[in-house]
Amino acid sequence: MANKQKLVVIGNGMVGHNLIEKLVDSGAAQNYEITVFCEESRLAYDRVHLSEFFAGKSADDLALTTGEFYQQQGIRVLVGCAATAINREQKTIVAEAGEEVAYDLLVLATGSYPFVPPMPGHDRARCLVYRTIDDLEALTEAAKNSKVGAVVGGGLLGLEAAKAVKDLGLETHVIEFAPRLMAVQVDDGGSAILRSKIEALGVQVHTGKNTTEIVDGESAFHRMNFADGGHLETDLVLFSAGIRPQDTLARACGLELGERGGIVINNQCQTSDPAIYAIGECALWNGRIFGLVAPGYQMAGVAAAHLAGKSAQFTGADMSTKLKLMGVDVASIGDAHGNVEGSRSYVYSDEVAEVYKKVVVDESGDKLLGAVLVGDAKEYGTLLQYMLNEIQLPEHPDDLILPQRDGGAAVGLGPDMLPETAMICSCHDVTKGDIVTAIDDGATDIGALKSCTKASTGCGGCAALLKSLLDSELDKRGLEVNTDICEHFAYTRQDLYGLVRVGQLKTFAELLEKHGTGTGCELCKPAIGSILASCWNDYVLQKSLVGLQDTNDRYLANMQKDGTYSVVPRVPGGEITPDKLIVLGQVAKEFDLYTKITGGQRVDLFGARMDQLPAIWSKLIDAGFETGHAYGKSLRTVKSCVGSTWCRYGVDDSAGLAVELEHRYKGLRSPHKIKFGVSGCTRECAEAQSKDIGIIATEKGWNLYVCGNGGMRPRHGDLFATDLDKATLIEYIDRVLMFYVSSADKLQRTSVWMENLEGGLDYLRSVVIDDRLGINAELEQQMGLVIDSYACEWKAAVEDPESLKRFRHFVNSDKGDSNVVFVREREQIRPALEEEKPVTESA
Amino acid sequence: MIRFTKENNMPTSQPPTQQWVDICAIDDLTPEAGCGALLGDEQVALFYLPNQPEQLFAISNYDPLGEANVLARGIVGNIGEQLVVASPLYKQHFDLRTGACLEEAEVTVRCYSARIEAGRVELSG
Repeated sequence: MANKQKLVVIGNGMVGHNLIEKLVDSGAAQNYEITVFCEESRLAYDRVHLSEFFAGKSADDLALTTGEFYQQQGIRVLVGCAATAINREQKTIVAEAGEEVAYDLLVLATGSYPFVPPMPGHDRARCLVYRTIDDLEALTEAAKNSKVGAVVGGGLLGLEAAKAVKDLGLETHVIEFAPRLMAVQVDDGGSAILRSKIEALGVQVHTGKNTTEIVDGESAFHRMNFADGGHLETDLVLFSAGIRPQDTLARACGLELGERGGIVINNQCQTSDPAIYAIGECALWNGRIFGLVAPGYQMAGVAAAHLAGKSAQFTGADMSTKLKLMGVDVASIGDAHGNVEGSRSYVYSDEVAEVYKKVVVDESGDKLLGAVLVGDAKEYGTLLQYMLNEIQLPEHPDDLILPQRDGGAAVGLGPDMLPETAMICSCHDVTKGDIVTAIDDGATDIGALKSCTKASTGCGGCAALLKSLLDSELDKRGLEVNTDICEHFAYTRQDLYGLVRVGQLKTFAELLEKHGTGTGCELCKPAIGSILASCWNDYVLQKSLVGLQDTNDRYLANMQKDGTYSVVPRVPGGEITPDKLIVLGQVAKEFDLYTKITGGQRVDLFGARMDQLPAIWSKLIDAGFETGHAYGKSLRTVKSCVGSTWCRYGVDDSAGLAVELEHRYKGLRSPHKIKFGVSGCTRECAEAQSKDIGIIATEKGWNLYVCGNGGMRPRHGDLFATDLDKATLIEYIDRVLMFYVSSADKLQRTSVWMENLEGGLDYLRSVVIDDRLGINAELEQQMGLVIDSYACEWKAAVEDPESLKRFRHFVNSDKGDSNVVFVREREQIRPALEEEKPVTESA
Repeated sequence: MIRFTKENNMPTSQPPTQQWVDICAIDDLTPEAGCGALLGDEQVALFYLPNQPEQLFAISNYDPLGEANVLARGIVGNIGEQLVVASPLYKQHFDLRTGACLEEAEVTVRCYSARIEAGRVELSG
């Protein structure tokens, strides 16, 4: 251990942490004794999505790592501790607390700081910056006593900050020195459309304004005076006018810097002292600072490779970007302004739909040099590939941006035209070659590709490209993926769902006769049973349907390893009266059932023989219980915290909403089970973000999360919409669930469905919120039918002599199964092991 | 293993000593599904597939892989030419005509003879 080299990393932002991850992934971390300085009070978090902090995300949601990760890797991390000096001769770092830390190799990942124009008054109270979570908290605090907020800076960061100010409920102004918004990335035409769209959202834009001073206001806290004689009264000022490299430590220890700051690095990311590397926004390569995260990750990759004794080079990075600013798609590629000599552009502008698109091509018209997209950026992926790979443009380059009408085929870029080295996902550095290798190794669907290559799990901008690449590669291998549900139906589950709906088919026999072959099997029967139930909600144990039901549905209980069942009555929202709780105890005692509390806030009674189920349920129904559908691919539970009725911190009545939602959706049969959670405040005691549908109370309504999952493959739900009133919330849930029911694969949970949904969260939003497919009325009507036709299956079963006959273990005897034997353990029953059973018969 | 002919639902090679035991009425069975039956002290899984020539199928109810009497509660269907039931426990398939497990070559469950006589279901060991 003593002979390990000492590696010190100063900075634990996105890039600093990415370096550590890469060192761990490659195994190189084990060769070093690593110390990390983390000046902020939090470990690395996602700064790119900082503005989501105001749309309901918490600091934990944004976190990229945990203390446990560092601990497990044996990496010492000094949280809340700044490095104050580097002593290059002794090779030591002086920590804020006075401690000296020795290094053999040092990486500076100190990032950048917000540029604050040095105008008089810039340091007044309520003059803030926007970079860290601490900044956001200060902003939130200042906003409480403010009505008006002004953001200085109309670039990418400034507009992000403006969104935050607007989300805080303030009248929002953007002040930009240049004559247009996003002056670096977007041209005049694009900027005009962008401005119009942003103003339509209620943000006031002031361009060409040079703020000369900030003084006491009359109607507000500040007054900003402008060089043109005008002024603006505002309660807070947020500076977001660009970044400056954080090079103070490097400057003090004499490393070479650029004229305007930035630590000079070579292609290996080494500074003028070969023992010291610099990566990310503090580094200056070839006279340039790279203020985006992707190039920072590339530098981290180069430094990590070098530290592992491998060779790698940083040779610049593409600064093309695509983002959504206040709901407006904006993309900029390469030479957006047509600065290259001889370049020419094609422009398409639609002032009605507020869409602006421009492509810049070289003199010969062969290669794409740049592009600007505002209002609609769906061509981003294609255009970017054209530029990066210098692909020959089509005869009419404007076809790439002109809208397609009258069924004309879109001019796309076939994935076949891309070279192996083409970057598909720049967030995670995944090339076409990487994807092809992964497909060769057996990842043949989008979900699998995402989990093994990480492609399309960052910004998601490459999702469509990834899908078309996958399709084309599978096609090439003649490996058409067979998505048929089984040998009896040459259809996917979605196809069958459509056939059932359109043909108004009510039985398996009809479907088999019209569209299938053979007799069916344990794959198609339950899937079709589920589809029929989703569509028509008929009693699942009627004669024509009972044979379709999976074991658990067929006996309306959950089969256990010994062939006995467990019984779970519904306890909506986990709320239960003492009387009902007593009945559960009495029934469990009478039938001697093993009793356990479930994770879904109800009670599970185990060890019921099939022939006992009707008697057990008669008693439960008499006491007012209904079936809990614990056996079904259907709504299970709506878990809740106690909410504002009792809790000191509760913001809204989560338990009440949970009860209402559980009653609304109980009995909905779906491709897989569905779980809900409702939390009464952001402490999230109901763990709603790990549910298919998660709801969290806010001061202004309810935040809706969708497609979360616990269990084997945990997935945090995606924040779908914020601050909803109850009516809208329920409308959205109706649509999301019914859209899931109509389009998911067999036994596909919502989490996997979302991962495979082309266009992902944005697409789902456009369907559910903007009614992109024009199906919302239909979805609501379909959900209405399911809700209106709800009936407790167990009530129907105990009242129907035909159904009751099927619960006998023997058609010709009232005896029970003699092979079911229990022994007692911890005062309750459990199934006997084979050796514990009496040796009487051969079974 | 007894084969039935299409025409009369009768065994083609009935041993002279075969004892038929009355079980239940055909109306007691659910089409396209199974149920348990007691033959002496043996647990039998009885399946009623009215669209098949044989109509009735009977194998042991005991799933030797899951070690429980559950095969009657499985879903029935076909895999290629074979009529099968999928065990509700771990989903292995058992051939309704031979008792052979499709996934585990060395596992077979016992088969029984079954017939319909004047609207009554009869079993024989």
